Amino acid sequence: MGMDSDLFCEKLVRRFGSNAAVDHVSLDVPAGTFFSILGPSGCGKTTLLRLLAGFDKPDEGDIHIRGQRMNDVPPNRRPVNMVFQHLALFPTMTVGDNIGYGLKRRKMPLAERRKRIARVLEQVGLPDLEYRDPQELSGGQRQRVALARCLVLEPTLLLLDEPLGALDLKLREQMKVELKHLQKQFGTTFVYITHDQSEAMVMSDQVAVMRDGRFDQVAPPEELYREPVTPFVAGFVGDNNRLSGELVSVRDNLAEIRLDDGVLVQGRVASDNLRAGHRAELYIRPESLVLSGDALSSGFSSMQAKVRTTLFDGANSRVEAENCGQPVYARLPQDGSAPRLSADSSIRLAWNPALARVFGADSP
Amino acid sequence: MHSVMQQPFKTAVLILVWGWLLFLVLAPNLLVVGASVMTRDPVSFLSLPLNLDAYRQLFDPLYLEVFLHSLYMAAMTTLVCLLIGYPFAWALSKVGKQRQLILIFLLIVPFWTNSLVRTYALKLILATNGLLNSALMSIGLIDEPLQLLYTEGAVIIGLVYLLLPFMILPLYSVFEDLKQELLLASHDLGAGRLSTFIHVIVPLTLPGVLAGVMLVLLPAMGLFFVPDILGGSRNLLVGNVIKNQFLDARNWPFGAAASIVLTVTMAFLMFAHRLSKRRIGEEGA
Repeated sequence: MGMDSDLFCEKLVRRFGSNAAVDHVSLDVPAGTFFSILGPSGCGKTTLLRLLAGFDKPDEGDIHIRGQRMNDVPPNRRPVNMVFQHLALFPTMTVGDNIGYGLKRRKMPLAERRKRIARVLEQVGLPDLEYRDPQELSGGQRQRVALARCLVLEPTLLLLDEPLGALDLKLREQMKVELKHLQKQFGTTFVYITHDQSEAMVMSDQVAVMRDGRFDQVAPPEELYREPVTPFVAGFVGDNNRLSGELVSVRDNLAEIRLDDGVLVQGRVASDNLRAGHRAELYIRPESLVLSGDALSSGFSSMQAKVRTTLFDGANSRVEAENCGQPVYARLPQDGSAPRLSADSSIRLAWNPALARVFGADSP
Repeated sequence: MHSVMQQPFKTAVLILVWGWLLFLVLAPNLLVVGASVMTRDPVSFLSLPLNLDAYRQLFDPLYLEVFLHSLYMAAMTTLVCLLIGYPFAWALSKVGKQRQLILIFLLIVPFWTNSLVRTYALKLILATNGLLNSALMSIGLIDEPLQLLYTEGAVIIGLVYLLLPFMILPLYSVFEDLKQELLLASHDLGAGRLSTFIHVIVPLTLPGVLAGVMLVLLPAMGLFFVPDILGGSRNLLVGNVIKNQFLDARNWPFGAAASIVLTVTMAFLMFAHRLSKRRIGEEGA
């Protein structure tokens, strides 16, 4: 365990009946990090968060916060606070009383409490709202009150349980950026759980992708995007095309596979279970696919596809095509370089093999 | 087409409702108001001239004492109902859905029996040779039967028995709405169980407490047959006073005045309740 770890967990297990919701999860979060746990619903991330907050106890394994074992410490004694999914602001109290709630429990004198409430409200950009009721605030303001209510206690660890889920899209985009800034400003270690990969990518220093109670990969967002270590991560983080075929050969870290229409294509080896003659899957991102005319850069792989339709969405415009019955998406640059595509026309999609990743079909 | 079909039905319903309110609520109450300002008459019950003697009579120390004693018994009833009902409703909101339905059903079943009959049944239990005394004596807890019937306690037991469901149901509904996340948040922010109870649970369930208090306190001052059957002559409710004026003393103006004071008190409390509900109960998320 690193000396500067704010959170260190070793082989955490939490079972419900015979099903392990959290299955030997280990994690090490350095101080001051924005750490996200990303996974689909039911992957066990909420259970994990409850273990960290102390609302639930692990069946096996240890939780250490700044070197202190926390397994038997109740939630009200842990240096950990949580921003709840529905924020859980007390509707019977003013904004100021909500924020002062934890300080009051610590028996802090009124004058000092008032000072800290005012200061934290200033820091989250909500001065002068102390005497308002939480119900009178907008969604974004309530969000910040919930944060302030925790941050005023100066916890070692702040847990966030998908608090942006209830906001509309535009506000959510805004809050993502703001949360990241607030985290840097306070320097508190954040552990954020979400099923929204964009939230995790934008805000985090480190992201753990969780599936079936286990971490598939823990890495910075860029690495997660460029070097997914499992097909699940490749498919879950960002958009990805999946092409399946039969593995022909592996040479110099490049795997060659024969797609179902007989075309030979290449991608980088991403798993060690690739065997010639077995099924394999190649993942290539829509923005890595180039609409090529006849001129093909040397070393590029390419395939034929039939246009189904084009999806115009500004900078995110894409063409939906079909290869061997499978949909394939490619980015359509809007700088005038993309050709006009009509439905059912045939196109050739090419890519640099270094940008594609090949997994054995029986990868975990 | 649609609106043509609906229009007569809508009109009929409106006429029915307004007719009901006019003839069965407003008119009788106006008659009571009228009676309260008339003069007592041994033959025709009421006569002119108009005066406020009946209201003046309410301040007679004798009646004031009855009113205060009645208020005291109603308050005790409410308190006992609250002490039993609050944990009951809390527990009710915690059990599984299936069991919850059964328990609520059991809570409502007694309503299907006339409350007068149930009060007589209670009399059999509390009587000197009744079930309770026999049971206590047979297990050797007491040597002689206790005087339970015709006491203040008997009236309060009777009132609690009849009114407890009215306390439990509104409390149950606020406990059902109590968000678990808020309790976790309180715990997470450093509060222990007692602190969470005082600072989070009590304020959030207060609207239910107030509703329950309203539904118990007010009827508890009017259920005259309970003291009639269980209470003896010294434990009267305001309801008894009113009933006696109309049926025994034949002093209609005084009975009417007393009932109006009771109605106004109730209306005032309901108004206060509405105000408090607007302050506390209206929560957004």
